[in-house]
Amino acid sequence: MSIEPPPKNWFQAPTGHERVWLGMAIVWCLIMSLMMPLWHFKGKQNSTGESYIVEPQDFLERTEQFVDANKVGTKEGRPVAEPPPGGDAYLVARMYDWYPVLQLREGETYRLHVSSMDIQHGFSLQPMNMNFHVMPGYDHVLTVTPTKSGTYTIVCNEFCGIGHHAMIGKLIVK
Amino acid sequence: MNTNMSDYRQCETTKKFVCLDAQRFIKLNAVSAVVFLLVGGIAAILLALTRWQTVHLLDAEWFYRILTAHGLNMLIFWILFIEMAILYFVSTSLLNSRLFSKGLGWISFALMIVGAVMTNGIIFAGEADVLMTSYLPLVAHPLFYLGIILFAVGALVGVGNFFGTIYIARRDKTYKGSMPLVTFGATAAAIIAVVALLHGAVALVPTFTYSLGLTPEPDPGWYRLIWWGLGHMSQQVNVCAMVAVWYFLATMTTGAKAPNEAVCRSAFVLYVLFINLASAHHLLVDPGVGAEWKIWNTSYAMYLAVLASMIHGFTVPASVEIGMRLKGYTRGLFDWLLKAPWKNPGFSAFFLSLVIFGFIGGITGVTLGTQQINIIAHNTLRIPGHFHATVVGGTTLAFMGLTYYVIPLIFQKDYVGRSWARVQPYLFASGIVLMSIGMSFAGSEGVARRTWDIDAAGIYGATTHMFLGMVGIGGILAFCGVLLFVVLAVATLFFGESNEGRPMKCWGVPEVIADLSKTDGSVATADDNAEHDHDHKHDTRGTMVIVVVFLLAFAVYYFANWGALADVWWVR
Repeated sequence: MSIEPPPKNWFQAPTGHERVWLGMAIVWCLIMSLMMPLWHFKGKQNSTGESYIVEPQDFLERTEQFVDANKVGTKEGRPVAEPPPGGDAYLVARMYDWYPVLQLREGETYRLHVSSMDIQHGFSLQPMNMNFHVMPGYDHVLTVTPTKSGTYTIVCNEFCGIGHHAMIGKLIVK
Repeated sequence: MNTNMSDYRQCETTKKFVCLDAQRFIKLNAVSAVVFLLVGGIAAILLALTRWQTVHLLDAEWFYRILTAHGLNMLIFWILFIEMAILYFVSTSLLNSRLFSKGLGWISFALMIVGAVMTNGIIFAGEADVLMTSYLPLVAHPLFYLGIILFAVGALVGVGNFFGTIYIARRDKTYKGSMPLVTFGATAAAIIAVVALLHGAVALVPTFTYSLGLTPEPDPGWYRLIWWGLGHMSQQVNVCAMVAVWYFLATMTTGAKAPNEAVCRSAFVLYVLFINLASAHHLLVDPGVGAEWKIWNTSYAMYLAVLASMIHGFTVPASVEIGMRLKGYTRGLFDWLLKAPWKNPGFSAFFLSLVIFGFIGGITGVTLGTQQINIIAHNTLRIPGHFHATVVGGTTLAFMGLTYYVIPLIFQKDYVGRSWARVQPYLFASGIVLMSIGMSFAGSEGVARRTWDIDAAGIYGATTHMFLGMVGIGGILAFCGVLLFVVLAVATLFFGESNEGRPMKCWGVPEVIADLSKTDGSVATADDNAEHDHDHKHDTRGTMVIVVVFLLAFAVYYFANWGALADVWWVR
């Protein structure tokens, strides 16, 4: 009777079905706990949170230098930049734009730096549906290896103001 | 009882003493809760009809404004007001005690009302379009933060009054032995609430002074970490309070008996000890915190809290099964469940809440909160799909079920429109289930949460739009459920027949067909755990089947998500 004080001898070990379930639940919780370190070492998709403190203005300058050195064309009014395989790529998030358009090669690995010029944004790569958080002052480094070619869309998925829905970028994988 | 008897009345239904001071604050907080539920509910239907891309009702500015209002009114104001009412009830009536302080009760209520009205005012004035989380560097009008701070201080004062009441009850020995399980669960909720509200103060006070231009801007990453110490922990307050309400409703509607109170209580202790780092779930794909930090704070802390929920997931239905079997419903695996009082809105709301919380909310929550799986879920509609199943289909529905007892027992009015009341939990639950599933699938298609429009991206097809249609239709059903709930409650307060001097009109409880316990099965006493009914006390076969099905569903969903994760780009 859960609305009355319990009988004096209420503190007892579980028995029967309850004991069995308790055991099953503990085992399941342990399995789930172990899956994460296991995937950290064996899996290919991890969020390591590698990041560096950066002033937004400095990040923009680095991005401009990167674009100047690696520009291969323009798409929808924005420069397209192709970093060298294994090299650094820069992506600026700002109200309401992703800059520049990146062009990557399938199977190559890049260090993709993402940071915000103003407020918080969400890097959401579609239709892959990979999502990472973007903050001003943090140079978030994603070491990515595209596994499939195509033209991808970057959607902002952290509320950033009235034009949030129109903050759409492109990313090309050849 | 050591004070003047004129400060009390005896409840004709439960034979418990009701402290009249506490009763006043239960009424004030419960009525306020329903008002804010209505505001949040109207906001909800506007949002659902906007996310239903075919309808797309609001413009962008009003969508975000209403979204801010919806989050705060539902998640903070409605839920905390009703939880205050619960704290007043379980610390006085269930402990046979008087209220610690009437003055603190008034201070708490006044601060909470002023804070809630101030915050709503500034939101609807268009000065705080920052959403509930108000992530820096977004800045709202200072009154937005001040309103929330006042509300939180009021809630803290109320929690203090609760602990004061527990203290005088223990000092005056108003009850024998240990406190009842429901009060124990609510105490766990109150402890977590203190820690959560302190996190809120640490995050919001410097943000408030920053919005006034007095102090420098707090770091946005730091803000997220601390804010979610409030945001996530307060959900654990809701879980604790909801589980306590489950036990309460199960007892009132079926004469439920916990298989082992030590286990139930230990599970509440696990919540208190291991939820404190749950803010990590919101930072799993953030910069600024490393993989080790994320994994440790997800699994170590979280899975012991998950264990607690899995324990209640067994003990709550098992309590019903034992209670029903003691009444003679012993045939087969599920006779106890089939013969449960499904037309009693207290029972249906409780049991639907249990199922929705566990099977939808719980399974999705643990999976989405897995460090790496969060990559394919963060900030998509999968997240609201999860928490509408926990905090709406779970907590809110349970509190609605509670209201079907609070109004007859505390306001002493029998419900009007009783057959409508019997339908209401089903209507609300079906809407929320449809909406949650629609959100989850749309999120798996990559639809972002908190976005006014998805067509600008030009990448979402017919399937995605169909899932958003489900969100809209589910939203309409759930809104009808909320409206019906509010209309019935208000109509009862004004036009309901008074039940003073007699027991409340019963919603219907299962008859005792063969008394297998010592007592009559409805109002048991503390010494009813005699050995002769040992078999029925431990026969929980039906529950065992339910929880094994649950675990299988959990495992399938969990590993399917690892499979989906393995298909995306490599990333470190």
